[in-house]
Amino acid sequence: MPRIVVDVMPKPEILDPQGKAIVGALPRLGFTAFSQVRQGKRFELTVDGEVTEEILAQAREAAEKLLSNPVIEDVVNVEVVAD
Amino acid sequence: MSATELPLIGDYSTPVAALSGARIGVVTFPGTLDDRDAARAVRLAGAEAVSLWHADADLADVDAVVIPGGFSYGDYLRAGAISRFAPMMSKIIDAANSDAKLPVLGICNGFQILTESHLLPGSMIKNDHLKFLCRDQVLRVENNATAWTNQYAKGEEITIVLKNQDGQYVADEKTLDALEAEGRVAFSYVGWNPNGSRRNIAGITNAAGNVVGLMPHPEHAVEAGFGPDHTGTDGLGFFTSVLTHLVGGQK
Repeated sequence: MPRIVVDVMPKPEILDPQGKAIVGALPRLGFTAFSQVRQGKRFELTVDGEVTEEILAQAREAAEKLLSNPVIEDVVNVEVVAD
Repeated sequence: MSATELPLIGDYSTPVAALSGARIGVVTFPGTLDDRDAARAVRLAGAEAVSLWHADADLADVDAVVIPGGFSYGDYLRAGAISRFAPMMSKIIDAANSDAKLPVLGICNGFQILTESHLLPGSMIKNDHLKFLCRDQVLRVENNATAWTNQYAKGEEITIVLKNQDGQYVADEKTLDALEAEGRVAFSYVGWNPNGSRRNIAGITNAAGNVVGLMPHPEHAVEAGFGPDHTGTDGLGFFTSVLTHLVGGQK
């Protein structure tokens, strides 16, 4: 069944405390090449049947209205993934 | 009020007779923790506490609403994000924005629900130090003209409990400037910023002063023997303020 993937990231200007903690942990494991980590969220919305334009529009609206908070987050990607 | 619930609040006088008619709703969501304490604070202040269930769409003729703390919906998605769309919240949002300007107080998770509802600007993210924190916190009352703060003096310092993980208040610079310029910062952290909140903001109000949200918990500081330092009752003023507001006796 096809899924619609929605990716949400903290806004660039919002400090991401979780990303900061992760970037601090990486060098302790020997991963020294990464200067910054930002942690976001990936949602997978399963659709029973074909993903129409209307359904995709619904996913975009849900992404703005519920899946993200525009004060602190950006919806960076909404795409259909076929299995 | 039963004998075991008699308030041990020293010389704090509440004009019970004049206020006995006030009904304050306390909303319970799945995962709410502090609804009982909030209802108790309402009763100690001299009003009737009315339980409101998130899935109902009837405000039961309450005169004001407290949205208490906890972890509604387990903080899933974002703190307050799912609760914001409860039927009861739709009613509260409409009533808060109506001409009647229903007084609404959001405490901790309730504050998060109010920002997700867009009744208050900004949002809360994880504490800058990433830890859950529970401590007695000193706040300064920056605005004593709201429905929930009129019994405090402007600049008064109060000590109430702070306990949260997602307590870092954030908003864009323009919003922060406007909040400060319009006197809409209701409470600031004093001495130490416990979570990285922008401009030490602990609580804010809407422009009309009927909707107030803050991260610390006034309902845990209403009864001697149980509040900060085992004596503190600094939180009771929130609840006596709204009663004063409701009877039109705002100072």
